[in-house]
Amino acid sequence: MAASIAYEDVEVGTELPAQVFPVERATLVRYAGASGDFNPIHWNERFAREVGLPDVIAHGMFTMASAIRVVTDWAGDPGAVVEYGVRFTKPVVVPDDGQGAVIEVGAKVAAKLDDNLVRVDLMATSAGQKILGMARAVVRLP
Amino acid sequence: MALDQSLVGRSYPPTTPYEVGREKIREFAEAVGDRNPAYTDPDAAKALGHPDVIAPPTFAFAITYKAAEVVITDPELGLDYSRVVHGDQRFTYSRPLRAGDRLTVTSTIEAIKSLAGNEVLDIRGEVYDETGEHVVTALTKLVARAADPKESEEADQAEKAEKPEKVQATGGEA
Repeated sequence: MAASIAYEDVEVGTELPAQVFPVERATLVRYAGASGDFNPIHWNERFAREVGLPDVIAHGMFTMASAIRVVTDWAGDPGAVVEYGVRFTKPVVVPDDGQGAVIEVGAKVAAKLDDNLVRVDLMATSAGQKILGMARAVVRLP
Repeated sequence: MALDQSLVGRSYPPTTPYEVGREKIREFAEAVGDRNPAYTDPDAAKALGHPDVIAPPTFAFAITYKAAEVVITDPELGLDYSRVVHGDQRFTYSRPLRAGDRLTVTSTIEAIKSLAGNEVLDIRGEVYDETGEHVVTALTKLVARAADPKESEEADQAEKAEKPEKVQATGGEA
């Protein structure tokens, strides 16, 4: 599988295919194990409420990992990512109601740079709230 | 209590090497639901020009955040960890992490700021492979919220989101 998109085919304003990522409590437990972040605010509702949160919240790094999939799926080669940064602006609240939460991520090409680099700006929301700010990736395309 | 500004620029000794394992990458990719074959299939990764399976971009955080523990717990810094939330995260890659890498991290206090009563700590984690080549730099912004809620109202709006715990042993192949 080669990178699926070429630098010369990209235009500023090009929208990347948007994606929707469901998040349930089990998703967070699994991510805690894989990432080593066992903070109880991500799996223990009693603890989350004690520290003033409305409920269990997703790991910010889980949201960050999900959002970049919109870019890596588009670019084909995840190794094309040379820069990636986000600001965590709102928590993704994940209730234990059999449905959980949904993270919606869209992205578009914001700039074409030198050396076959392309800057992509990401927009991530959950329950209608923006959850990431300044979310940007730079990818090197063939 | 304000963090000690004189510690800006302080670097900590490199960590002992973390060995990136194929199965740890697979476990991480599955945990984020990412089925890109470059993470699990060596042949697919090779077809993209990588010598072995590569790790998802944010995999690096598990390594750099564990390394940042030496900063967070530095008694001279005096950070109240119970009030810390994750503000920003940024990565700059020279190449993707891949299976077989033996990576060391050097953590540096990049900046200390006081904003609306909150203490903002920027930690830079530079990751190098066993040949000394740069792999990725992680910039982690931690915000210690003010003890007085009135002072931290503004920052609360933005920063309430994330409260990472001191990273425990990851069960990885460190």
